[in-house]
Amino acid sequence: MTALLTIAALEAGYVRDLPILRQVNLSVMRASLTVIIGPNGAGKSTLIKAIAGLVPVSAGTVTLDGADITGIRPDQMGALGLAYVPQTDNIFRHLTIRENLALVLRRVPDRTTRLDELYALFPPLAAKQADRAGSLSGGQRQMLAVAMALSGRPRVMLMDEPSAGLSPKIAAEVLDLTRSLTAQGVTVLLVEQNVKQALRVADHCYILAEGRNQLDGPAAAILSDPMVAEIYLGGKRVGAA
Amino acid sequence: MIGLISYLAFFATMAGILAIVVLGLNLQWGYTGLFNGGVVAFFGAGAYGTMILGGRPEPGQFGGFEWPFLFALAGGVLLAGAIAWIVGILTLRLRHDYLAIATFGVAVAFESIARNAEWLTGGAKGLRGFPRPLEAAIGNTFVYGLCFLAMVMAVLAAVYWALQRLVQSPYGRALRAIREDEVAARSLGKNPTRLRLQSFVIGSMIMGVAGGLYVAFYAFVSPQDLAPILTFQVWAMLIVGGAGNNRGAVLGAFLIWGAWTGSGFALSKFAPAAMQLYTGPIQYILIGTVIVVMLLWRPQGLLPERITQRFTKTASKVGTTSKGAF
Amino acid sequence: MIQSLVDGILTGAIISLGAIGLTLVMHMLRFANFAYAELLAIGAYAALVFDVLFSGLVPVLDTAFAPLTLSGALALATIIAMVITGASAVAIDWLVFRRIRAKADALSMVFASFGVALIVRNVLVLIFGHSAQLYSNDIAFAIVVSRDPLLLIKPDQVFVLGAALALMTGFHLILTRTTFGFALRAVAENPALAQVSGVRLSTMITAVWMIGGGLSAAAGVFYALTNQITPVLGHNFLLPVFAATIVGGIGSVHGAVLGGFIVGIASGLALMVLPSGYAPAMPFVIILAVLLVRPNGLFGRDES
Repeated sequence: MTALLTIAALEAGYVRDLPILRQVNLSVMRASLTVIIGPNGAGKSTLIKAIAGLVPVSAGTVTLDGADITGIRPDQMGALGLAYVPQTDNIFRHLTIRENLALVLRRVPDRTTRLDELYALFPPLAAKQADRAGSLSGGQRQMLAVAMALSGRPRVMLMDEPSAGLSPKIAAEVLDLTRSLTAQGVTVLLVEQNVKQALRVADHCYILAEGRNQLDGPAAAILSDPMVAEIYLGGKRVGAA
Repeated sequence: MIGLISYLAFFATMAGILAIVVLGLNLQWGYTGLFNGGVVAFFGAGAYGTMILGGRPEPGQFGGFEWPFLFALAGGVLLAGAIAWIVGILTLRLRHDYLAIATFGVAVAFESIARNAEWLTGGAKGLRGFPRPLEAAIGNTFVYGLCFLAMVMAVLAAVYWALQRLVQSPYGRALRAIREDEVAARSLGKNPTRLRLQSFVIGSMIMGVAGGLYVAFYAFVSPQDLAPILTFQVWAMLIVGGAGNNRGAVLGAFLIWGAWTGSGFALSKFAPAAMQLYTGPIQYILIGTVIVVMLLWRPQGLLPERITQRFTKTASKVGTTSKGAF
Repeated sequence: MIQSLVDGILTGAIISLGAIGLTLVMHMLRFANFAYAELLAIGAYAALVFDVLFSGLVPVLDTAFAPLTLSGALALATIIAMVITGASAVAIDWLVFRRIRAKADALSMVFASFGVALIVRNVLVLIFGHSAQLYSNDIAFAIVVSRDPLLLIKPDQVFVLGAALALMTGFHLILTRTTFGFALRAVAENPALAQVSGVRLSTMITAVWMIGGGLSAAAGVFYALTNQITPVLGHNFLLPVFAATIVGGIGSVHGAVLGGFIVGIASGLALMVLPSGYAPAMPFVIILAVLLVRPNGLFGRDES
């Protein structure tokens, strides 16, 4: 396996001279699921947004399949084979489900067949296609958000806490769905607070704190690491996660 | 010689009155971040209020109560404050531009009333015959002009002093805190809506003071004096001088008033006869250009606000723009 | 009564056309644009220039479509004026608003828009003069629809109402049937997500200015066709179009359309009891009433 997405010495933040990310390094293997965990304020979401071009990058590089994509415009992501699922507000509530999908499919050449494929993948969306997306349940919204991200057949999916705010059962389903994407050749970079569940489905894990790399390794190893278990899985944190 | 001095006194009196308006706007815009699109209405409320209470009675005309000047002025100022309070209470808790729209609307509505409610405002011909304070006692027109100038300058100095005290007090810091970062200010236990309302009302009352002085100066007021261009002039004064700096506000008032009268004089003297009809529009374009160019080129004005808060400013800006994002 | 109502509906249609673009611009760029209504005046004058030009070049175009006073030349000129006004709106954004957006806050944008309005209005005075102008000197005879109650309608008014409704329907179809329309609605709802979904923000801002400019130009021409053209045409519509957007809720196109009719009809009816001198203040009263009862407008979403 080779790294499809590489991040080298990345510095990024909303305010100049005050980087939230300091010298972050990361590489994501082709068709793998990599999860980033860490305490609140560690810069996990900022990292994903910086890759997507939503947070200004002040230093370092983002490389996708050998090409430098540092500081792209967010609307160019699709053309590069990147897709991003935000944590909240990740669907257009005032548009119908069909309109949400038609919007993201408008640059896809075989949009009609692709729409059918997506409906086949997520039957509940097909059943409610004429409804406003705002009327969907939490799990169905995540489903629509993932379907929108998948519409352009991305090589890499960036996902920001897809299980946040969902019941444990639905959260597990969403994470399983995320896992299943790698089987189709999609590379996934995931940010999660739901550490235990995320490590269960991930291949590789990075731990971030205060904007810096702390630790990384195979998800299984991290899951069984006593120190990680102490900090992230033990005590009160499990309850919080 | 006397002619020149009385012209200069006339110029300085008008500039001083406008400087008081600019100080009022500076409290609203410069220190609290409130947009007032209807400066002319609050100035006009002070002017008409003072005139109606302190003017001489006219047949068929409401008002003309001949109140002593200070009482009449206080009435005009209260009227300006009352209008500000009503507009403020309806709009200040909403998106910032509602205040801009509502204040602009106040100016339009005020002008409609000034033009149409003849029983109250004299309609298009306005109200005349205001007993100027102490005029009879002083007698000499030239000396009176200088005395009036001294009075305007004294009021200007008093307003300036009071505002400096206000903005340097903890209260002033609270106003700036709200302007910079409402959420943070709220978390410190400040009530942004109430503070904004207070600042807006006080600023409008200061404009009312200027309106009252204006009526006393001209002994006459009509809708012509409330042309919307006044609002633009006052803005240009503040943006040129430097929003958030009271010294800048006064400087801007004198500079722009000088430029305005100077350009008017130059146009009437040197422009070809055919263009005389268009000196107004040319001056309006100049005022508009001053506003836009200053915003593009030097938004902090000639005398910028002295407390540098660059960092918090950028931070709060990012905060507001990214609010809608995820 | 019925006459005021009919006149109010007609004015309402013109206000609605003007308010559609304003509500989108205000929502997307998040500032109250006081220069927006000047687009109506730019459109009306641009149409005047091209009307004269076409009539001169191709005299056959100068004949009016009886019973309207509208000529072929003016119809063509209106379409060109819509494009020119849209382009002017984009140019103003490019010259002023975009630059201020990059470095200052929304309040400065509001401020700058007042300055731009003042400049545009007075440049129009310098070019075209203070006095009122007409597209056609033909006398437009009103048709007596009813004598008791008296109801007079000019054929031009019927045409203007129809054309305004056609433009609004057209825009409605674009919003609800095309992916471009979905993209516009997406940007209005959530700009960041729209970008992530492949919508280029700067393109959409240009598009909104073009649409707003085009619809405003049509509104300006329609007003001028049934009344007259003056440099204060835009200024006179400023408060009404703002009132329409506030009544409808900032960001809601359908709200703006309905708001336009509400403002037009309410102003028309109010003049039955108030002297006509108070007409300019009516939209302000409506704004205050809406802010008192329903601050987010009839269709507004809570943004606070």
